[in-house]
Amino acid sequence: MSALLAVDNVSKRFRGLVAVDRVSFEVPEGSIFAAIGPNGAGKTTLFNLIAGVFAPDAGGIAFAGERIEGLKPDHICRRGIGRTFQIVRPFPALSVEDNVIVGALLHCRHLGAARDYAHDVLRRLDLYDKRLHPAAALTLPDRKRLEVARALATDPKLLLLDEVMAGLRPTETDRIVAILKELNRERGLTILLIEHVMRAVMALAGQVLVLHHGAKIAEGAPEEVVRDPAVIDSYLGAEAIE
Amino acid sequence: MIGRLIEGVPRRGLVLLALVLALLVVAPLFAGDYLLTVLILVLYFAYVGQAWNVMMGFAGQLSLGHALYVGLGAYTAAALYVHFGIGPWIGLLAAAPIAGLAGAFIGFLAFRFQVAGVYFAILTIAFDQFALVGFEHFTWTGASAGLFLPVKQYAHNDLWHLRGHPAMFYYVLLVATVLAYLFSRALLQSRIGYFWLAIREDEEAARASGIDTFRYKMLAVVISAAMTSFAGVIYAFYYNNLFPAQVFGIEHSIQIILAPIVGGIGTLFGPILGTVVIEAIAEGTRSLMGWVGFDVPGTKQLTLGMILLFIIIAAPHGVWPWLSARLRLTGKPK
Repeated sequence: MSALLAVDNVSKRFRGLVAVDRVSFEVPEGSIFAAIGPNGAGKTTLFNLIAGVFAPDAGGIAFAGERIEGLKPDHICRRGIGRTFQIVRPFPALSVEDNVIVGALLHCRHLGAARDYAHDVLRRLDLYDKRLHPAAALTLPDRKRLEVARALATDPKLLLLDEVMAGLRPTETDRIVAILKELNRERGLTILLIEHVMRAVMALAGQVLVLHHGAKIAEGAPEEVVRDPAVIDSYLGAEAIE
Repeated sequence: MIGRLIEGVPRRGLVLLALVLALLVVAPLFAGDYLLTVLILVLYFAYVGQAWNVMMGFAGQLSLGHALYVGLGAYTAAALYVHFGIGPWIGLLAAAPIAGLAGAFIGFLAFRFQVAGVYFAILTIAFDQFALVGFEHFTWTGASAGLFLPVKQYAHNDLWHLRGHPAMFYYVLLVATVLAYLFSRALLQSRIGYFWLAIREDEEAARASGIDTFRYKMLAVVISAAMTSFAGVIYAFYYNNLFPAQVFGIEHSIQIILAPIVGGIGTLFGPILGTVVIEAIAEGTRSLMGWVGFDVPGTKQLTLGMILLFIIIAAPHGVWPWLSARLRLTGKPK
């Protein structure tokens, strides 16, 4: 398997604070890869570097063999990287359907085709019945799925998910986990997720990266990583060994 | 084409629309001279409001200096007519690009350097005021003494040179308003329209969805400015005189945005309904004052202000969303 995304020695500083400190990792095509770590570990900054919100101070990011660090977010999206936001930001006054159509219009020239595409995505994410509701009227779990739907509608090769399970009940978490697994299996969609919900990480990820104070402290299969003393010490706490 | 235009509009809405349009078409036959001037104002502000709405209501970019584009359109067409005898329709071919370029310049400065929200609005006021000062000293267009178009009695209407009876201006504006409405509707139902709404709702999320926000914001400003310049051409040829302080004045900019705000920002009928409401209140107040015999200067403005305040409190999203819900005209608010 070749790497779809290769992050090479990337650093990002905000004033004096080193948010991301020489982090390297590779996400193989067709895999599900998770980044975990305590709050403030630099996970979201790492995401923003990949998604083009910030340019890294040092290091390189390659997607499908091409350098993408420093490109603008809309370019990155058009290259094939879709993202969600940790704090969901749907277009509130637009209907659920229109939210997803905006994403689909990236590759569908005509509105009719974009609407059909959006309907497919909405069916996959169990939002089809609510497609005419304004996005602002949705509950949090629905808004989280809408966020995924909109990113998915841009037809990405790589999907970046920033804590889409946070704040959800276990049943809702399992629902999203099932949907993501299906997308990965059926369409070969590569997924990179930031997640605190270990239940979801263990169920989904083939490979886990652990960040602490901006630096990588562990990387490997989920079962190995949760037994790593450094990870337990800095993030999971002793009770997670159970 | 027509099928797409009326897609999703309920039958009762179409009937109502046809009735209103028919009423507007025959109105000059029954209206006296005074009412006709009021109706011309209504259509003028409906048209400009629609143009402003493209920028603010669709793309979410607040312009408080839209008088700039009216003024550029008016002065370009008038100067070409006065100095070279070039008619208004040919003049429009120069006026629209000039206004569009001015919009592009302001947009480029603002969007390139991340000037947004109220700061963008202030920038639009600033450029309008630059133009005001500039034209007050620009002797080629009469400076502050004003630019006057030659007026004489015309035996019949000359549509090509826009010389004639007010009824002709009324019909020209009516056609322009209908076209602006159809154009706005077509835009809103296109890829561009969806991208504009996305930018209006959340610019960062729009960018993350692959939208080149700079490009689409520029497009909104340029289209809005070019549309607005046509109102300026009509303004010049209807009034036959132009004074920088009036055309470029901030009062003019405020008047332009009042109708879409009262009618409903971002809605297609808002600007049209908004002007009708505002003019009806203004004229109603005026005749009431006359009837009571109470004539203290400023009373009209004060009453208008209070009624507008009430409307905005009662229907914060505008009169049109409220009315269309009452009449069960629209399934989803657009």
